[in-house]
Amino acid sequence: MAKELWKGNEAVAEAAVRAGCKCFFGYPITPQNEIPEYMSARLPQVGGVFIQSESELAAINMVYGAAASGVRAMTSSSSPGISLKQEGISAMCSGELPGVVVNMMRGGPGLGTIQPSQCDYFQATRGGGNGDYRTIVLAPCNIQEAVDMTQEAFDLADLYRMPVMILGDGMIGQMMEPIEWHDIPKRELPPKDWAASGRKGRDHSNFITSLRIDAPDSEQFNRSLEAKYKRIAEKETRWAEQDTEGCEILLVAYGTPARIAQSAAEELEAKGIRAGLFRPQTVWPFPSKRLAEIAAQESVKAILVVEMSLGQMLEDVQLAVEGAKPVRFYGRVGGMVPSVEEIADEAEKVLREVR
Amino acid sequence: MSTLPAWMTARRLTAIVGHSGSGKTELAVNMAVALARAGVRTALADLDVVNPYFRSRERRDLLTELGVRVVSSAQALAEADVPSLPAELNALLQDQGLRSLLDIGGDLGARVLARYRHQIDAQPHEVLLVLNAHRPQTSTAERAAASLRQIEAAMGLAVTGIVNNTHLCGETGPEDILLGAALAEEVSQMTKLPVVCHGVSRALARRLPPLDAPVFPIDIYMKKPWER
Repeated sequence: MAKELWKGNEAVAEAAVRAGCKCFFGYPITPQNEIPEYMSARLPQVGGVFIQSESELAAINMVYGAAASGVRAMTSSSSPGISLKQEGISAMCSGELPGVVVNMMRGGPGLGTIQPSQCDYFQATRGGGNGDYRTIVLAPCNIQEAVDMTQEAFDLADLYRMPVMILGDGMIGQMMEPIEWHDIPKRELPPKDWAASGRKGRDHSNFITSLRIDAPDSEQFNRSLEAKYKRIAEKETRWAEQDTEGCEILLVAYGTPARIAQSAAEELEAKGIRAGLFRPQTVWPFPSKRLAEIAAQESVKAILVVEMSLGQMLEDVQLAVEGAKPVRFYGRVGGMVPSVEEIADEAEKVLREVR
Repeated sequence: MSTLPAWMTARRLTAIVGHSGSGKTELAVNMAVALARAGVRTALADLDVVNPYFRSRERRDLLTELGVRVVSSAQALAEADVPSLPAELNALLQDQGLRSLLDIGGDLGARVLARYRHQIDAQPHEVLLVLNAHRPQTSTAERAAASLRQIEAAMGLAVTGIVNNTHLCGETGPEDILLGAALAEEVSQMTKLPVVCHGVSRALARRLPPLDAPVFPIDIYMKKPWER
């Protein structure tokens, strides 16, 4: 199929529609406004529903309601707005409800800036809401991947009955790139026989709740979530890597900084330094096992983590590497974007220090 | 000093409008650079109140160095997305010795021009519609014409010419320019508006067969952080 030029936010919205999303609830915030704007025009064309809710909190609870009735539903926001949705995300994990949440991250904390950032990694991967829960977090680095991941997110959400987050930095939402619409691999999905969509002759009512007063019952439920999360970690962990075999320095980055790091790696290669790139595509589950394998190579002298944060994914890298190799960090924050030169210079500096 | 093509000096005042992502900012920055290098007193106003990223104000240093007067929202708001318009814009509308380019936000972002439409209409001016055949919402003549009408209604001004700026970022080939040229021609016949030029990346410009309208070689200034 011919390539088309899409803006990230619009492409994510169209991808959701193509994945069968029938309900969008959201509240405007830069830099993700094109998602609700696009949905407001597009969803009515496919018999869907768009509601600009009165708040982010309302939006995520509308997703909860729509998901409970068995339809594919989604919300999107940017950092401060995602903070407001945390209660609903925790409730959806407890109610075992599928849904897709898009976060086009901007600089924080608080209202911060509208410029791009990755400072919500902790919130996305550690759970900004209460309780022992996880969300699958997909981190695209270009618009094609954002489109593919958004479509897959709906399948993952339905398969595991939980919210799935698309974690993009603001650039993913705002930039233009050529993409191709192609079919994503379809998964075998269980019927939504749990949905509260009418009794329809069943002998029982479907009841969806996040409240479990009885402690033994509650523990058993939490254990079932634990088993589910283990299954996901086994089956859904994804990453991409380039020139990692025999590399001297390993750059680790996700999202658009991974592309800047890739350019930096090429610059280092041109200077005769063997630089590899490891790019997590799921940041939960984090690809710890493969990262540890690469780090264990004798050739690897140091690992340089690059983020648009003060060092958040850094902790997952440290946990994965377990001190086997020096792990260093380079980050820009507050809406500033690292440059190719900065990363390449930092990598050379790190190598000088560890050699 | 280089000589300028006739289309670029036809009017003192040019507003650049179009669907989001058509390449308006890249065209505006390239026109400003070409005019300044030819020794023309030039100003560029970044009136994009829609997009928070990838705006011409990000090229302020380059343009200022070349002598282009860059006008955008107050510096304190340069990284924000508030719909504030700079008072300095009046200089571009009034100074008859200043070649003035207005870089307008996509689609309904053209509404910022409505406030100035009487001032603009009272003097010779042009409103260029930038067209990219690879943007799905302007990929057919009907859609492109509908987008044009929507933009005209928002600004209360008539579009006076079409620029074929069809591209797929770094993946653009000659066939893409030709696809866009055919679309621009079709829109031109529908609307009776002339095709003013084809905006084509410099490397590609040399590889094109002859086209009816002039080819404007574009240097890519609005680079993404990983592009070199």
